[in-house]
Amino acid sequence: MILQQVFDGLTLGIVYALIAVGYSLVFGVLRLVNFAHGATYAFGAHIAMVVVVSTNFGLFWAIIISVIMTGLMTMFMDRIALRPLRAKKSKGISALITTIGCSYIIQNALMIVFGSRSKWFPKIFDYGNFQIGNVLVKSTQVGIITVSVVLLLLLTFIVQKTKIGLAMRAVQQNAKAASLMGIDVNRVISFTFFLGGASAAVAGSLISGYYQIVNPQMGFIAGLKAFSAAVLGGIGILHGAVFGGLVVGLAESFAAFYIGGGYRDAVAFIILIVVLIFRPNGLFGKKVIEKV
Amino acid sequence: MKHNNAKKNLLDTKPKKIAALVVMVALVLYLPKSGLLSPYLVRILTMISLYSMLSLSLNLLTGFTGLVSIGHAGFCAVGGYTSALMWQYLGLPWLVTAICGMIMAGVVGLMLAAPTSRLSGSYLTIATLGFGEIVKMIALNWQSFTGGPLGVNHIERPEFFGITLTTFNGGFFYLSIILTALVTLFVYRIVNSKMGRAFMAIRDDSLAATMMGVDVTAYKMKSFVISAAIAGLGGAFYVHFVRFLDPNTFNFDISIIIISIVILGGTGSIPGSFLGAALLISFPEILRFASEYRFIIYGLILVLMMRFKPEGILGGHSHRPFRLMKGVESYGN
Repeated sequence: MILQQVFDGLTLGIVYALIAVGYSLVFGVLRLVNFAHGATYAFGAHIAMVVVVSTNFGLFWAIIISVIMTGLMTMFMDRIALRPLRAKKSKGISALITTIGCSYIIQNALMIVFGSRSKWFPKIFDYGNFQIGNVLVKSTQVGIITVSVVLLLLLTFIVQKTKIGLAMRAVQQNAKAASLMGIDVNRVISFTFFLGGASAAVAGSLISGYYQIVNPQMGFIAGLKAFSAAVLGGIGILHGAVFGGLVVGLAESFAAFYIGGGYRDAVAFIILIVVLIFRPNGLFGKKVIEKV
Repeated sequence: MKHNNAKKNLLDTKPKKIAALVVMVALVLYLPKSGLLSPYLVRILTMISLYSMLSLSLNLLTGFTGLVSIGHAGFCAVGGYTSALMWQYLGLPWLVTAICGMIMAGVVGLMLAAPTSRLSGSYLTIATLGFGEIVKMIALNWQSFTGGPLGVNHIERPEFFGITLTTFNGGFFYLSIILTALVTLFVYRIVNSKMGRAFMAIRDDSLAATMMGVDVTAYKMKSFVISAAIAGLGGAFYVHFVRFLDPNTFNFDISIIIISIVILGGTGSIPGSFLGAALLISFPEILRFASEYRFIIYGLILVLMMRFKPEGILGGHSHRPFRLMKGVESYGN
């Protein structure tokens, strides 16, 4: 039974990792918690749903379209709402409140367009179930894990090996110095938002395909859980976010089984608060020394 | 110089100030009885008064201390549930349950502030968001005690001296005005005290505040506890006003409304909280066609205010000269 919980938990966890990476990427370059990330995740799932239902492109292309549209939407959000704040050198708190506002706008726009009830979403990777030992493995779960791992590797590759990734890491270390070295900081930030939005769209589509429903409010709790995951691993650190996502997914799966379904969502917050008390910089984070 | 400035202001002399206050109080007391206002309008005015109180509570935390909370409805829920459940199980009168609700919210505020007051900025904001959800989850799952998703129904109206307060006899209106006036006075006194100056110092530069000998962690916790207690009082009033409470009564939307009021009216401005509450609570009633979109409008307010006027309509630095203590002369300029 334990192995079954572990496997189900890993499936959820790898998707949380995918969302958490979005928080980490944006936090890395802007030192900003993007509150709109959860709503972005819901937005991605809805776009994929609309494309599947209204056209006959099939789920794969629907997710591709959703990835592009969601990525562009987050870039647009950065362009019109956050960039002017950076230009004005506003306080960090202003950007934070702006993202809270954006999150609320996206979520309620979805609710007005699609209604607040849950809607059907096609099952993904539906090739039946099979048994390994006494663990029931669904093909959907295998597909979700495979896609997520490939995407996480791709994101790591982009950040570590490409030129734009190098620019991202430079901005992360020191935005001013990076811009003096000829890096177009705003373009790097836009690209980072695109990556975050795209990974959230994939995560949203995968989770919707797993549970087969979409709902405008789905991003709220998922966003919080992924944020807990990002903080657990040390926000701004990619492998930390992945590790955190897996821990949160496993903890949730075990809590649902041993404590009861009603409290499954509470586990992530308990992890969050415990981490914030004992190790605010996360498991992999370095202590930041504030210099005067 | 200073004296000349002071005389220009019409309402600056003490007798005139008191007269203006008396006129305003008389007007407010007369309003519900005058017949000019329908019960519907009285109800809206009560809501504005309630939200002024809630946003004053958040303004103390966000506007004066610089800590953004988007789980403030959680404190209202704690106050509301404490009050409603004490009425349900013990049958105590409103005044007692409301005070207990306040204390309970304050204690919960302390429990949240103690581990999180080391945090700043985004981390704290997320912690408050998680807190709001935890309160909701406990209310939903602890069915034997809180009533779970069914909540608490037919909560008794407050009664004073044998008179049951209703919207029709204006009782709720008077009660909300009295509570708001007390809260305003309380917040005003805090802001203009040593504690208030410490809060603002932390908001403006916590490192500099530490250097000047302000115990940042302790003051952040104080701000949290006071703010939570006021929010708890607001919650305790609201549940007896609408006579119903379930886990969704104080949800994330309420937290967003409260923070939108604070941001729109002005962070760090007491009159701003009143203005913000009056604007944001009345607009869905006035612009009926827009009420479907009102949550989007709250979001837009947050984004646009940050973009164009982050200190809010009435916020920002005061231009009045700093009032020195008696016997201290100001030299220069």
